[in-house]
Amino acid sequence: MSFVTVENIFQSYGKRPILERVNTTIEEGEFISIVGASGCGKSTFLRLLLAQERPTRGEIRIDGNPPAVEPGLDRGVVFQRYSVFPHMTVRENVVAGESFRRPVGRFFGAEKRAAKARADEVLARIGLDHVADQYPATLSGGMQQRLAIGQALAAKPRVLLLDEPFGALDPGTRLQMHDFLTELRAETGMTVFMVTHDLEEGFKLGDRVLVFDKPRWDPTDPNAFGATFTYDFDARDGGIPFQNILEETNVLKSA
Amino acid sequence: MRLINQRPGVVLASFLAILPFAAVLIAYAIGSDIRLEANPNDKLLPAPATVFETAARLLTEPDRRSGDILFWLDTMASLQRLLLGVVISAAVATVFGVLIGLLPAVRNTLSGFVAVISMIPPLALLPILFIVFGLGELSKVVLIVVGILPFLIRDLSGRVLEIPREMIVKAETLGASTLVIATRVALPQLMPRLIQAIRLSLGPAWLFLIAAEAIAADQGLGYRIFLVRRYLAMDVILTYVIWITALAFVMDWALKTLSRKVFPWAEGGL
Repeated sequence: MSFVTVENIFQSYGKRPILERVNTTIEEGEFISIVGASGCGKSTFLRLLLAQERPTRGEIRIDGNPPAVEPGLDRGVVFQRYSVFPHMTVRENVVAGESFRRPVGRFFGAEKRAAKARADEVLARIGLDHVADQYPATLSGGMQQRLAIGQALAAKPRVLLLDEPFGALDPGTRLQMHDFLTELRAETGMTVFMVTHDLEEGFKLGDRVLVFDKPRWDPTDPNAFGATFTYDFDARDGGIPFQNILEETNVLKSA
Repeated sequence: MRLINQRPGVVLASFLAILPFAAVLIAYAIGSDIRLEANPNDKLLPAPATVFETAARLLTEPDRRSGDILFWLDTMASLQRLLLGVVISAAVATVFGVLIGLLPAVRNTLSGFVAVISMIPPLALLPILFIVFGLGELSKVVLIVVGILPFLIRDLSGRVLEIPREMIVKAETLGASTLVIATRVALPQLMPRLIQAIRLSLGPAWLFLIAAEAIAADQGLGYRIFLVRRYLAMDVILTYVIWITALAFVMDWALKTLSRKVFPWAEGGL
C-alpha cells in the first residue's frame, strides 16, 4: 500500500485550469523532487499536498487517511521565506514545534525544561546551538532555513514539504544545505516533497524527479490547459536506472 | 557632486537641526520687540522674558483662592483623560484588530462597518457625547476613544493581515489552534506595531482632549488655555502650549524607546 496517493487531481482558479489529471503514488520514505517551469503549478501542487487549498476535483490521501481540509500536524512545511517566527528566539522557535499543539501553545514547569533540553539537542544537531538565544533576523539565510527545517522536524510530521527551500541562498550555502538535508534524511527516513526550479538540485537530492508541464498547448490561448506530471524519473544511483535488482531472483547469495 | 550625495558632517548636522528652532525663537523675539516698542502694553506678543517669568509663576505659585498650583492640577487632569482614552482605545483595538485580521467571518462583518464609522468626524459627535455622558470626565474620555479607535482598529487589523500567509500556515502545520495562532503568532508580532499606531494617534488624541476641555471642563490644560484667552493672556497660553508640546514629545520618545527595548526582534520596523 503506497503512503501518499494523489488521485486524479484537477485544480482551477476561476475558469483558468492550473492542474489537470495529476496522478501518482509515493512510497513511505521517498524523496520526491518536483520540477517544472515557472508558473506551471508546482507550488499549487504543494499547497494541495499541504491542504492549504483544496482541489477542484480528486483527492490526496496520506497513509489512507481521509483527505485533509486544512494544514495540520501530519504535514510539515518549509517555505522559501517567512518559515520561522521573527519574534521568538532560535530556541523558542524549535520549542514551538512541539508546544504549538497545546491548548495555549506553551509548556510549563518540568515539561518546559524537558522541551528546552530537547530543543538544545536539535540545535546542536543542526549547528545552531551557538545562536540559541538570538532572534532569527540576526541569522544568515542558510541558518534561517536550517532553523526552519529543524522546527518543522521537531513537530515530527509524517511528510515534509519544501517549497523552493534553498531558492534564496547563495550557491555555496546551497551546497551545504544539500549535505545537511541528505544527512538529516538518512537519520529520519522521512518522506519529503521538494519543489525546486533547479534541475540539478532535484536530481541530486531526490529519489524520484517529477516534472510538471502542460501536455496540451493551445498557441492562441496559453492558459487553456493545465499542467500535469509529464515525466517521472528514477533519480537514484546518480539518475542511472536499473542499477538494482528489485525482483526476488534465484541467484545464490553469499551468506 | 550631486545634492543627494552631499552629507553634512556631525557639527553641521547638529547646527542644521537646531537652526529652525532658533529661527522661530529669533523671529518671535524680533516681532515681539517691534510691537512692544510701539506699545509697551501690547499683549499679543509678550517678550520671551515675560513668558519665562509667567511660566515660573505658574509652575510654583499657588492659586490665591484655592491654594493649589493650578498648572499641575490641569496637567494631572488632562493626562488622566488622555491616558485613559488612549489605553482603552489601544486595548479594544488590539482585540478587534486580531479578530478582524485573523477571522474571515469577523472581517466580513466588521471591516466595512469600521471603515464607515471611521469617516464620522468625531467632533461632530461631541454634542451627543455631552448629552449622553454628561459634562464630566466620561464624555471627554469617550471623545478620545471615538476619535482614535476606528483608526487604530483599521491600522492594527491591516497589520495582522500583513503577517505573511506562510507564517500562519507554518503555525498550522505545527498543530496550532486558532487561539494559539492569535496569542503566540499574531499578538506578539502586533505589539510593536501597536506602539507605532499609538504614537501616530497621540496627535489626534491631544486634539480631541483639548477640544473637549475647551467646551466644557473646570480643569485641564485645554480648559485653562481657552479660559485665559478672554484676557488675552498670551504669556499663559504660550506657556501651556509649550508644556503640551513637551509632554507630547516626551510620550512619543518614551514609546519609541520602549518599543526598541522590549521588541528587539522588530528592528528596522520602527
